[in-house]
Amino acid sequence: MIDIIQQYWKAFLWSDGYHLSGLAVTMWLLVVSIAFGFCASIPLAIARVSKSKWLSSPVWLFSYVFRGTPLYIQLLFFYTGMYSLDVVREVGFLNHFFREGYNCTILAFGLNTCAYTTEIFAGAIKATPYGEIEAGRAYGMSKFTLYRRVIIPSALRRALPAYSNEVILMLHATTVAFTATVPDILKVARDANAATYDSFDAFGLAALIYLCITFVLVALFRKAESKWLAHLRPMKA
Amino acid sequence: MEKLVVKDLHKSYGSHEVLKGISLKAKAGDVISIIGSSGSGKSTFLRCINFLEKPNAGSISLGGEEITLQKNKQGELVPADHKQLQAMRAKLAMVFQHFNLWSHMTVLENVIEAPIHVLGLSRDEAIARAEKYLRKVGLDAQAQAKYPAHMSGGQQQRVAIARALAMEPEVMLFDEPTSALDPELVGEVLKVMQTLAEEGRTMVVVTHEMGFARNVSNHVMFLHQGRVEEEGHPDEVFGNTKSERLKAFLSGSLK
Repeated sequence: MIDIIQQYWKAFLWSDGYHLSGLAVTMWLLVVSIAFGFCASIPLAIARVSKSKWLSSPVWLFSYVFRGTPLYIQLLFFYTGMYSLDVVREVGFLNHFFREGYNCTILAFGLNTCAYTTEIFAGAIKATPYGEIEAGRAYGMSKFTLYRRVIIPSALRRALPAYSNEVILMLHATTVAFTATVPDILKVARDANAATYDSFDAFGLAALIYLCITFVLVALFRKAESKWLAHLRPMKA
Repeated sequence: MEKLVVKDLHKSYGSHEVLKGISLKAKAGDVISIIGSSGSGKSTFLRCINFLEKPNAGSISLGGEEITLQKNKQGELVPADHKQLQAMRAKLAMVFQHFNLWSHMTVLENVIEAPIHVLGLSRDEAIARAEKYLRKVGLDAQAQAKYPAHMSGGQQQRVAIARALAMEPEVMLFDEPTSALDPELVGEVLKVMQTLAEEGRTMVVVTHEMGFARNVSNHVMFLHQGRVEEEGHPDEVFGNTKSERLKAFLSGSLK
């Protein structure tokens, strides 16, 4: 264990000597895909619960496709599948984008977590107590104000426990990134394993790092829940 | 001058007509109680006034301004202009049977919400208003930071009344404000409403509280099967009841 730590600690945490690697890359993948998924999922969730079929069906289809196929296949599809198309290679912008493993990984992760987050938020929006919406209307709120001030803030709070779960699942899902040559924590562990044949220590160390990240995420979400879900808790004595 | 005029309101659910032409006139300071058994259409009528329900025929004007209406595909009347509807609703604050406070906001946030985001008041002005009206409904500064779920039903309804007052509305609409409360909490809410009536606020109240209808309001409407069966001053309506149905209703509700 000491040997591997001495030799690979830098690679496990932030750099393999040439590029970013390990924890830094995993966190970057997680933060960027979660941020993208969160921002895109709010308008999509509103469209998903819309009464208009023209708005809700495309979002339903999107989330069905991305929740109905394995993330691994989605990554392979964007990384190797897309690049095998002539049109992608011939159009300068697309060629440039899909040649880069990072871009394909972020695209696949972002869309995947966006699909799950959309469903979580859509469910929370649907669960908004109808009386609260009616009160907003009766007090002269426009549709936009009603969403901005009542429906979305209330739904995001309600969604927090399910959403924290999605973020932790996404953290663990980032381990498929090595497929697109992205040097995340697992990639470093594989390299260490290949070089030393010390599988127990190499993968054990990787597991420990994921446990630490999860610990921090859980603590952060617990803090967030105590701040934003105070209205659902029994009153403090 | 009339503040609120409702003319010949009709409302159907499918082929079932629940309101068969109801009119109402409220002058400044009027307190109108609408009574009737359940299913008589009294709540539907009140909810048509601010278009939470869409009437099928009739007209509504507030402060002399008639709401422009157009028919939708289902043959219901909907306001033609959203801005006019929102402005009208802001002048018609409603108090609901189930309070309908915004559960993720504290008491103070509930009361300042619409004044800031609908009326466009500054936060400081809204807070000053909120504190004034929360005091009026008997809630102290300590209650302001609480969430609705941490309060009794009577307290929640008083917050809802403060929320309505903070709009400084032309007319207040009360939809069975005490029906969801435990019997021992009804009094505190009725007392607040009586104070408001004495201040000369214009109120339309759907209620099962015959004591309130008799002693506080200056006009009583008795609805039966979507029609006004009898109406007038409470002394007349309760003291000299003409309709057999109202007599039956009153003898039932006084037991």
